[in-house]
Amino acid sequence: MRTEVRIAGFGGQGVIMAGIILGKSASLFDEKNAVQTQSYGPEARGGASKCEVVISDEEINYPKLEHPDILVAMSHEALIKYIVDMKDNGILILDSRNIDESEIEDFVKEHNITVYRAPATETAINDIGLKIVANIVMVGAITKITGVISKEAAIKAVESSVPKGTEEKNLAAFEAGFNLI
Amino acid sequence: MAEELFIQGNEACAKGALKAGCRFFAGYPITPSTEVAESLARELPKVGGAFVQMEDEIASAGAIIGGSWGGSKSMTATSGPGFSLMQENIGYAFISETPIVIVNVQRGSPSTGQPTMTSQSDMMQARWGSHGDYEPIVLSPSSVQELFDFTIRAFNLAEEFRTPVFIMTDEVIGHMREKIIIDDDKIEIVPRKRPEDKENYLPFKNVENGTNPMPSFGDGFNVHVTGLTHDERGYPDTNNPKTHTDFIERLCNKIINNKGKICSVKSKYCDDADIIVISYGSPVRSVGTAVEQAREEGLKAGYIKIDTPWPFPDKEVKELTKNTKSVLVAEMNLGQMFYEIDRVVDVECSLIGKIGGELHKPSEILSKIEELGGK
Repeated sequence: MRTEVRIAGFGGQGVIMAGIILGKSASLFDEKNAVQTQSYGPEARGGASKCEVVISDEEINYPKLEHPDILVAMSHEALIKYIVDMKDNGILILDSRNIDESEIEDFVKEHNITVYRAPATETAINDIGLKIVANIVMVGAITKITGVISKEAAIKAVESSVPKGTEEKNLAAFEAGFNLI
Repeated sequence: MAEELFIQGNEACAKGALKAGCRFFAGYPITPSTEVAESLARELPKVGGAFVQMEDEIASAGAIIGGSWGGSKSMTATSGPGFSLMQENIGYAFISETPIVIVNVQRGSPSTGQPTMTSQSDMMQARWGSHGDYEPIVLSPSSVQELFDFTIRAFNLAEEFRTPVFIMTDEVIGHMREKIIIDDDKIEIVPRKRPEDKENYLPFKNVENGTNPMPSFGDGFNVHVTGLTHDERGYPDTNNPKTHTDFIERLCNKIINNKGKICSVKSKYCDDADIIVISYGSPVRSVGTAVEQAREEGLKAGYIKIDTPWPFPDKEVKELTKNTKSVLVAEMNLGQMFYEIDRVVDVECSLIGKIGGELHKPSEILSKIEELGGK
């Protein structure tokens, strides 16, 4: 089965790293295939930034997304920009502190989207004391909600992707995210 | 033991270069190729190699020619605008038979065009960009693993035939991340063939297979290297028609006569296909998806993936398309390899050329297959 995941936010939130960790988990530790691509341009320096991952049990030909099964929005601007492509019956995960849901109510109803609220930024600040790990909190939430990667694989990918010396904080952030839902 | 990594295409290219024995890189950073230079700037000093950021791409191509004659396997990486600047020195590398590897991570063109967007619009420049008759070897990868593998192969071919080799990749493959497997047991490296007999050595001899062993500067062989037409010793001999004819024919024939060793294609479902889609580089990924979907719809579609656009694999493409009814070429330009394919195949040939900076969507290719495949 092919699953298309888009993680979007604003530049600096670490959405690219979150996507790399998903791809790494699936392809190196879950014995699946994965391709990660990302927005590359001026928007990566402030505006809406996005990272896309295709995960599949089979060989992946087309590496880009057509209609995401899973959209993770870390900012309101990114949510509004990217929700329009979502697949019917898809999963929408919101960093709820950063988002006003009133604008998307109709779309969610019409396309039968399941919405999960994971206040990753708030959790990062309150539980870990570091806003910068919000992306790893979100990886924890994505892992729990979607099951697209296994928890064991995700932990290995987090450990091997974050800067040396920060593993403990990041693993705590992952656990906090995993327990949010 | 095999190592597994989840990395970008450009990083895989740098890893392939190091594995192949590259110890000198000179270049000028340009999107979307910069990560190749960044990786090698970090890694080359660790293995005793050298990285130099030059003042421009003209100097970069000159520096790697010098690096190669200095005895190091050498390469540079660039994109269209830099590739244009390198053309003069590329001709010099061909006539002086200097093994070098040039990576072009293609972006929207002409001129500075679309720096962050993908394209395959430099394919004819790779074939004919420098003046004169010459036969380039060009490899086009379709995955991160292939960008690693083809980089090693590029160095091997450069050494085997003492010639420049180009890796014509594109922004999609350069920037995307996928798993690659690096298995040292399966990697073959071609070392440089060095001359032994100092007394009787002729660096540009008209040898049967066309390729002479190559000394390094400082080895004591007293080689003269020039861009002028030269005799077997390397001395200019510019007014003798026979010298020039024999020399340039040898340069071209050492590639043409070894096409069987150089050319590579892959194919699927071609035996019973009514329509065959031909592509190279990243569009192969869209074609793969589209052809599988067409088969699910009951359409007899197949595809050919060209690993080596130049020298063009005439024989392989002709053989694989001999029973089909039509051919569709998918490339990210307005028709470049299309005309070469049209020249070779016997059936009607159509083009789905895409510019603008995005990869073909599988649905676009599928619609064209349906239209041509009689649905």
